[in-house]
Amino acid sequence: MNLGASFVHSFYINFIRDNRWLLMADGLKITLIISVFAILVGIFFGSLTTLMRRCHIKRFGIIGRIISWIIRSMGYLYVDIIRGTPMVTQLLIVYFVIFASWKVNPVLVAIFAFGFNSGAYVSEIIRGGLLSIDKGQTEAGRSLGFSSASTMLHIIIPQAVKNILPMLCNEFVVLIKETAVVGYLAIADLTRAAEFITSRTFDFAMPLITAAIIYYVIIKLLTLGITKLERYLRKADVR
Amino acid sequence: MSDTMIEVKNLHKSFGKLEVLKGIDQTIEKGEKLVIIGPSGSGKSTFLRCLNLLEVPTEGEIFVENELITSSKANINAIRQKMGMVFQQFNLFPHLSVIDNISLAPIKIKKKTKEEAKKQALELLEKVGLVDKADSYPAQLSGGQKQRIAIARALAMEPDIMLFDEPTSALDPEMVGEVLQVMKDLANSGMTMVVVTHEMSFAREVGSRLVFMDEGVVAEEGNPQEIFQNPKNERTKTFLKRVLQQAD
Repeated sequence: MNLGASFVHSFYINFIRDNRWLLMADGLKITLIISVFAILVGIFFGSLTTLMRRCHIKRFGIIGRIISWIIRSMGYLYVDIIRGTPMVTQLLIVYFVIFASWKVNPVLVAIFAFGFNSGAYVSEIIRGGLLSIDKGQTEAGRSLGFSSASTMLHIIIPQAVKNILPMLCNEFVVLIKETAVVGYLAIADLTRAAEFITSRTFDFAMPLITAAIIYYVIIKLLTLGITKLERYLRKADVR
Repeated sequence: MSDTMIEVKNLHKSFGKLEVLKGIDQTIEKGEKLVIIGPSGSGKSTFLRCLNLLEVPTEGEIFVENELITSSKANINAIRQKMGMVFQQFNLFPHLSVIDNISLAPIKIKKKTKEEAKKQALELLEKVGLVDKADSYPAQLSGGQKQRIAIARALAMEPDIMLFDEPTSALDPEMVGEVLQVMKDLANSGMTMVVVTHEMSFAREVGSRLVFMDEGVVAEEGNPQEIFQNPKNERTKTFLKRVLQQAD
């Protein structure tokens, strides 16, 4: 058999026979569902944590200050713990410890676990982005009469987004690839589907390399999309 | 009393252990052009920034149009709308075009319609001589142009008082003139102005009153012409001698 024929044969065995491509398609669907919703959950937790870490209650005197301190510490602790422990360990803890006594759909657990994990990194990214904006911008906004919140909304955030996007894109890429460990919860994602096919066909190359290519294409599309968005946002910087 | 714009009583400001302002009393009347000079580190910028609470005083009272702004009950955002500020580093919003820089605050804070705000912005650009730059972005402008836009942006909120924090110090020498000209026009229109500056000729020509600050106190104050010709305080003498020599 020549190379071309063996490729066709391998493709047939792994994907066409018994409609095995459906396994890959379902796996891809699960991977995309977990990634997209985990990204959204991550943005939510990331933004919330950023707000918590900037908390300064100006009323209620000393009590307000103590509450602010507690809220800030909670935000800091969350980031610190998530960044200091492996994702797989967190995933297993969330599934087998936290949600142990409830019968929850493992996909939902995975979305929560990945989102909660990603939120810590997203919050660091947002914080860095906000810090990258010169203090003079805040002062200019406040001196015009903008409140602290409106200064954020109209002046700081629109500028920070440009600095945040590339790092955020990187975080999404990492997250999508990390979802490949959901097999630990017996979720049939893309990687798990490929693995399953290899166990039936005893062919490792075709299913695994195909899975890798699919991950690559997803991430390429995401990166291209965000690069385009970045270029659009940078139009004010053109001299 | 009704014509007093700003009244400062026993103003102190410390940064940690460093006391920058050591008790300042000043009354600024409507239409006055108060010019503040002094060596760097004398506290003149800090004093100016205390006037709109960009720095919160450690001690003392500040009244703006008879309202105690250092009180915790004061609505600081409303008070700041009455006081325009111009910064040494311009601080234009780089993500907005020139016209949006000027009209952002009137639209968002004063709730003007976009048409109204743009029309007003164009009138202000006319005043500072930069109508043709309306659709440019700050990155495309020279320092002098940026500062003139910054002045227009502050004026768009129709303030009663304008604060200038070393507005020409970050400019190339050939651009200082165009900014000072805009400030002179503004002074002639009757605006109440507080200007921290190193431009001695501007202080002499435009200032209605001169304050010389040194080491956190007002060392000497009075009519600019008189102080320049005949400074009474020893430190004023040395300072003026030094800066005026440099100018020659």
